[in-house]
Amino acid sequence: MSTHPPLTNETARSAVQDFYEDYAATLDAGRLDDWPRYFTEDCKYRVIARENYESGLPHATIYCDGIGMIKDRVNSTRDCTVYEPRYLRHFMNGIRVSAIEGDVIRATGSFMVIESVSDKEPYVHVVGQYVDTLKHSADGLLFSERWCVYDNYRIFNSLIFPI
Amino acid sequence: MHTQTISMDSLVRRSWPEQGYTRVPAWVYSDEAIFERELNEFFYGDTWCFVGLECEHPNVGSFRRVWIGKKQVIVVRDEDGINVVENRCAHRGGAICWKNKGEAESLTCPYHQWNFTLKGDLQGVPLKRGVHGQGGMPKDFDNKMHGLRKLRVTVRGGAIWASFSDTVPPFDEYCGPELLQRLDRLMPGRPLRLLGHSRQLIPSNWKLYFENTRDPYHGTLLHTFFITFGLYRADSRHRTAPVQDGRHSSNYAVPADKNPGEDITSELTRFRGDLQLNDMEMVRFVDEYEDGGMSALQVFPGAFVQQHANVLAIRTTVPKSVGEVEIIWTYFGYADDSEDMQRIRLKQANLLGPSGFVSMDDSELLKQMNIQVSGAPESVGVVEMGGRDVEPQVTMATEVGIRAFYDFYRRTMGF
Repeated sequence: MSTHPPLTNETARSAVQDFYEDYAATLDAGRLDDWPRYFTEDCKYRVIARENYESGLPHATIYCDGIGMIKDRVNSTRDCTVYEPRYLRHFMNGIRVSAIEGDVIRATGSFMVIESVSDKEPYVHVVGQYVDTLKHSADGLLFSERWCVYDNYRIFNSLIFPI
Repeated sequence: MHTQTISMDSLVRRSWPEQGYTRVPAWVYSDEAIFERELNEFFYGDTWCFVGLECEHPNVGSFRRVWIGKKQVIVVRDEDGINVVENRCAHRGGAICWKNKGEAESLTCPYHQWNFTLKGDLQGVPLKRGVHGQGGMPKDFDNKMHGLRKLRVTVRGGAIWASFSDTVPPFDEYCGPELLQRLDRLMPGRPLRLLGHSRQLIPSNWKLYFENTRDPYHGTLLHTFFITFGLYRADSRHRTAPVQDGRHSSNYAVPADKNPGEDITSELTRFRGDLQLNDMEMVRFVDEYEDGGMSALQVFPGAFVQQHANVLAIRTTVPKSVGEVEIIWTYFGYADDSEDMQRIRLKQANLLGPSGFVSMDDSELLKQMNIQVSGAPESVGVVEMGGRDVEPQVTMATEVGIRAFYDFYRRTMGF
């Protein structure tokens, strides 16, 4: 028996929206160490070009299977790489819940991430759609899958941080 | 009046430093006129350019649109094999193909609907005979004289190579035996499977990227991830081999086969002995060719074929302007890969591409470096690591690949 009240059509959308906004705020604040908290142990996280996604090709620009790889990305980005300092800012809209199956929620939403670097005007870094599967438990929502499907033909220079 | 049109940049004297190919004058990275000459000499000249994998064209009519420098080509399969034609209508120059990939029975320019076969031969001109006896093409207009520009094509081991040149040697002679052997090791004819693409635009001159991929010296120092997890270290046995007069580069390492000597870890300031991964599959090297080797192969001018651990990728360098280069990553495996092997390739691909733990160091670094070298075209780079010659060496502490390239570059460009 579940000990938490199930999400309904009425409550799911606002719960998902709050969760998305918390996630984006964590990344926009540069709190990379807190990013793994949004995922289940057996999660899948992908940042994938739309051309691959729509063709059913598995290669993803960022490819994580399981929370271990999520944490490895945090540690490696922080300790193993060199990059120009930058700020990211997420803009999201069109958040929609497409299915509620018990504790499993399927949702999508558009994202745009603006990047600000040290020597030029901010620019649109990536734009696309989140395609997500969330798990609801007594502790709240977590992503069991988050696919960040970007429309960009190409990435400008580098994609340092998860989106 | 003519002198007013000369840019400030070209007022810097274009004479190569007297030390020769051990020096690289920074004006080679920012001069527009030199860039245009490089496109003509290299990308449209006597060379072979990678334009995709044969497995990306499963059917008759499967096409893709591909860039070679500033020119667009269409790669398409017909009943006889792979064709590569320029994406420029023989009529007025309209773009025939507007999509990056798809299926087509023939090639039609949207402007006046001139229609071409999948080989690029003109087969239909609407209103050719005019209307009600008026207009139309001259009676002697010969379709045969108005086909699309066709490129030469070679398919080897599942990779497609194309050339604008009628005089370039056949692909195998162009590569030479050492590079060809390394390419065949990765693509021996075993059917390939496309895993996907990543694309990025690096705001740097294409040669900075090109030099980077034939420079093992930086790989041992900049890339903490490689160093820390032992995938690429200065004490690996590493053959650094410029080949075919410096055009290409055939680098090959056996990471487990350490050169004897003292432990050099203390010299690698970016080595992080304390780092651990939760998922070691990302760095676990499955010795699938049973030789312990990893290879980084540059096929001049635009292809970099690499096998880092179990990631197989071909990077295509597409110069967009003097200060911008697009890098297209084509990731692949073998059609008969097990599920485990495919998963390992996909996980290890986290090291490469625009978000790669290794590659992001390079794209970030080259952006910064391009600002400096274009801002100081009179400055000069030094490439003396590993000595002053251009012969292959067995060490990673060398810049012989860059020297050999500039030896070739000076001869070809006349500097």
